[in-house]
Amino acid sequence: MRQCAIYGKGGIGKSTTTQNLVAAMAEQGQKVMIIGCDPKADSTRLMLHSKAQRTVMELASKAGSVEDLELDDVLQIGYGGVRCVEAGGPEPGVGCAGRGVITAINFLEEEGAYTPDLDFVFYDVLGDVVCGGFAMPIRENKAQEIYIVVSGEMMAMYAANNIAKGILKYASSGGVRLGGLICNSRNTDREADLINALAEGLGTQMIHFVPRDNVVQRAELRRMSVIEYDPKAGQADEYRELARKIANNTKKVIPTPLTMDELEDLLMKYGIMEEADESIVGKTAAEEAVASN
Amino acid sequence: MEKLTKDTGSALIEEALAAYPEEARADRKQHLYMNDPETDTVSGCVTANRKSLPGVMTVRGCAYAGSKGVVWGPVKDMVHISHGPVGCGQYSWGTRRNYSTGETGLDNFVALQVTSDFQERDIVFGGDKKLEQLIREAVQMFPLAKGISIQSECPVGLIGDDIESVAKRMAVEIGKPIVPVRCEGFRGVSQSLGHHIANDTVRDHVLGTAEPAEVTPYDVSILGDYNIGGDAWASRVILEEMGLRVVSQWSGYGTLAELARGHRAKLNLLHCYRSMNYISRYMEEKFGIPWMEYNFFGPTKIAESIRKIAANFDATIQENAEKIIARHRPRMQAGIERFRPRLEGKKVMLYVGGLRPRHVIGAYEDLGMEVVGLGYEFGHNDDYDRTSKEASGATLVYDDATAFELEMFVDRIRPDLVGSGVKEKYTFQKMGVPFRQMHSWDYSGPYHGYDGFEVFARDMDMAVNAPVYKSLTPPWKGRV
Repeated sequence: MRQCAIYGKGGIGKSTTTQNLVAAMAEQGQKVMIIGCDPKADSTRLMLHSKAQRTVMELASKAGSVEDLELDDVLQIGYGGVRCVEAGGPEPGVGCAGRGVITAINFLEEEGAYTPDLDFVFYDVLGDVVCGGFAMPIRENKAQEIYIVVSGEMMAMYAANNIAKGILKYASSGGVRLGGLICNSRNTDREADLINALAEGLGTQMIHFVPRDNVVQRAELRRMSVIEYDPKAGQADEYRELARKIANNTKKVIPTPLTMDELEDLLMKYGIMEEADESIVGKTAAEEAVASN
Repeated sequence: MEKLTKDTGSALIEEALAAYPEEARADRKQHLYMNDPETDTVSGCVTANRKSLPGVMTVRGCAYAGSKGVVWGPVKDMVHISHGPVGCGQYSWGTRRNYSTGETGLDNFVALQVTSDFQERDIVFGGDKKLEQLIREAVQMFPLAKGISIQSECPVGLIGDDIESVAKRMAVEIGKPIVPVRCEGFRGVSQSLGHHIANDTVRDHVLGTAEPAEVTPYDVSILGDYNIGGDAWASRVILEEMGLRVVSQWSGYGTLAELARGHRAKLNLLHCYRSMNYISRYMEEKFGIPWMEYNFFGPTKIAESIRKIAANFDATIQENAEKIIARHRPRMQAGIERFRPRLEGKKVMLYVGGLRPRHVIGAYEDLGMEVVGLGYEFGHNDDYDRTSKEASGATLVYDDATAFELEMFVDRIRPDLVGSGVKEKYTFQKMGVPFRQMHSWDYSGPYHGYDGFEVFARDMDMAVNAPVYKSLTPPWKGRV
């Protein structure tokens, strides 16, 4: 069983990419479980054709405590026999979502959700590693491989680099490794080159470049993966290719995160960011107007 | 050890420090001091109110202990909620011996342990809803409770629960004051910050919210007396006999109504400076109420304090003061004559909280005893400043002492009595050293006031001269 966690900047398409990838894996005969680690609980909807799966924490809260739950209550089978679990958590602004992830994963372990027949477990983790709870999937010998979803946008790359820092911390104390960057294309200029360069800087690879295609959104509206909605679509083949590459991936590294300067140099080289003009720092519009006169 | 002097005491400190690794040694060095007024021109100074060293045994408490356990807990007609997982409330339940009258569960809630008993789901989803429900249930069960305080345990702060808004909303719903206290245990270096936080919440939520029906020129408040074993009662009778009117007790045997009207007292009498100087200073600044520290341990200090208090009032009060002192003199003398011969010259080492290490020195001296070592768990520098004035002989001073230091110092000095808390008690008794708990008076008390001194003298004699120690052949027998 290989356990993989998918991280990346919020809104980059982690859940969509993960579910399409998992659907492709299932199609290829792999036995997979997805564990959604985001209070939004949208990590399994394309598998289950549902709005949002009942989550571990929601059910635990209703039942009284997590000890009152059975595995069957929280585990649902979706497309291609994929096992689906959502950790769940509080609405924004209250409680501790990170603790929810910890509780849910501990519950799944204790209840024997990780059966030996599984080929893959995928953790789809909320935006950034905000606290210890969201690092749970890469702690204590859970996920050993991380894939970071990224695009050619500046903030997505910042986030990817930050996540690499988090992985580095846990890589030195455990076995977690970076498996690669998944470029979820936003059609920015020279995107593939840029992500390849970032990957090189991080000591990893761009494992696949997933082009942008509206069929993904059409499938999503139907709460389906592209694999299920339109198996003949070119985009479905892209996800199949991604699935094959991950299944055969042997390049798993301890990342070498870039310094802020290195990252900015990279962005400037590819024209994402302009050279910083130190003379304008801290100057108001009024001051600039005076200076230019 | 024959006699503690600047030299022998300093050598002891060096010996203790030698046991530590370099960094720890540098830290602990600042907390240990040998005070000897005979040779010193400058009084002792130590660094205080700093974070304890990781790896040592410290007996300090936490901010929650300071707020719930010390300041708020004794307010008898309020329900004090230990908000968070069950342990903090459970293990601090009934540990302070602050006496109060009334029917438990009816109009007195001091002896109850009320907790929101956080479960995993309360952490994940937040505990605010549970707190609301608890408050509703509490007012249903205890309709005579005058108000509620919410004592935050650590997780409440970690997950960012909004107890202030719950308190505000629910206070309207139940029509009674609800005080949210942010005394999460991880805040600060000891229980001391909890006292401060609790003082601030009294200021922000209670003080000045009601007016007394009548005021007189003789209205005083007792602050920083927690009525351990009835201490505040033994103090109150003296003040009343002087002709003063005690309008509020903070907070031993205190009520919400008294705290609310405390801003109309004429004089604030502060016993435990450490835990209530904050609100005293505030009332001075905001309402112009002067405050003074006093000491009701032992007849010498009591007489001094009575005169000092009376000096703030008219001739009648001052005459009364002299009358009280005179009236109690024979009784005190009789006590001293009975116990002093049995205690004369006996050495005491103290390690207590934030007041008693200096305040009880006079009472021991009344009995002919000598305090040779003292330290505070959570004192600040101003406590040590005050201490050096009280310590008359050569005194070893240890701030936030580690278990190792205490054991070593007691073992070397071999005092006739150690006064400290329950965590220290059995260690020293097993070392064959008589011991009294000076936080809780060892299930005895009161120790304040004239009534208290008689009990104090008896208890000290009982410990020091307990026949059991004569039946032991201690392992150090014959040691130099």
